[in-house]
Amino acid sequence: MLEIDIHLRRGRFERDVRISGEARVLALTGPSGAGKTSVLNAIAGLVRPVSGRIAIDGRTLFDSAARIDVPTHRRRIGYVFQDARLFPHRDVRGNLRYGRHGTGRGTDAFSLEAVVELLGIGGLLARRPANLSGGEAQRVAIGRALLSQPAILLFDEPLSALDQARREELIPWLQKVRDEVRLPMVYVSHTQDDVRRIAEAVHVLD
Amino acid sequence: MFTPEELTAVALSLKVAVAAALASLPLGVATAWVLARRDFPGKSLLDALVHLPLVLPPVVVGYALLVAFGHGGAAGRFLAEHFGISIAFRWTGAALASAIMGFPLMVRAVRLAIESVDRRLEQAAATLGASPLRVFLTVTLPLAWPGLVAGTVLAFAKALGEFGATITFVSSIPGETRTLSSEIYGLMQTPGGEAGIWRLAIVAVAISLAALLASEWLVRRQRHAERD
Repeated sequence: MLEIDIHLRRGRFERDVRISGEARVLALTGPSGAGKTSVLNAIAGLVRPVSGRIAIDGRTLFDSAARIDVPTHRRRIGYVFQDARLFPHRDVRGNLRYGRHGTGRGTDAFSLEAVVELLGIGGLLARRPANLSGGEAQRVAIGRALLSQPAILLFDEPLSALDQARREELIPWLQKVRDEVRLPMVYVSHTQDDVRRIAEAVHVLD
Repeated sequence: MFTPEELTAVALSLKVAVAAALASLPLGVATAWVLARRDFPGKSLLDALVHLPLVLPPVVVGYALLVAFGHGGAAGRFLAEHFGISIAFRWTGAALASAIMGFPLMVRAVRLAIESVDRRLEQAAATLGASPLRVFLTVTLPLAWPGLVAGTVLAFAKALGEFGATITFVSSIPGETRTLSSEIYGLMQTPGGEAGIWRLAIVAVAISLAALLASEWLVRRQRHAERD
């Protein structure tokens, strides 16, 4: 479960964000400029809140009062970015294997085989990211995030860089990940349609 | 075709230039990364210091090295007492002088390459559990690789042609510190040395051109590999 109570400031933009609830799959929505991505970045440790506290399943990632600020690489965040951000110098397999938190001893929640199967990316393993379609790249990005054995999955408008046909193609994969991967998820979007189809609860930033 | 002295000078220059370029690479990359990716007080001062050899008279750099690494100098005494080595009037001193003169060129090339690496990829690597060092080694460095090649080649080419700082610091001892440039300068003082000057000048052009073409080829090959 995700608990957030933070004060964010970026330039002239300032806001308090308070999120807590039992929903496993939470959508974060609101108009552009409302700071949706900033909240995800704060969870991931890419943006430092002015003050407040962030915890996942009781594990504190940030607490200004207790002077806790876990560095990004130790937060166990599976972050799927708007623009996939695959490493261009590694093939798909190299991207999938990049994550660090796995032990590789069969105790991991996600194995390469299971993730490849879950996302249907077996045929792409030897390809370079430059040769993937937008939807394929996002599926690989989701797989890469899962293989880092995260404690939470963050999605930052994963559909927004895709055309309508590709969106329709990717949504079932997202639903499958949601249903088969029992991880907390935060899904940022400004379109009502995919929010309705993917999230259990909605938090609106305005 | 070449006199033995000329061949010795060319071989020595190659040795000095390769040593200078490779030895300055680690510090050059570290400096470039700090300038490209970190903000700290005194950053402009560091930037200015790095660029100093570019604008300083080479003879000043050479003299400073002589004072520091000569037999009375603090750095020279330290090296002699703790490692039993002396670089004044040795080819290693020539390599150090050329490395310093080429350092700004190397740092500029590597810094530009690091700045052009998409920081969002580095962030993605961090979310996947990579420590800052691992992000640097597995994302930044491979993507900035063409800049490293360019920087190394520039430092090599600069070292190959370095004259002022080298001759001031390590003089022009045949077989030890008489590099291609020093040899040409020596021939200019010698009656009938014109033919030798021309031969060495052509060698200098050929080596520099070959280095630049080789780096261009390496970079192209890398870009090509990324597309497949």
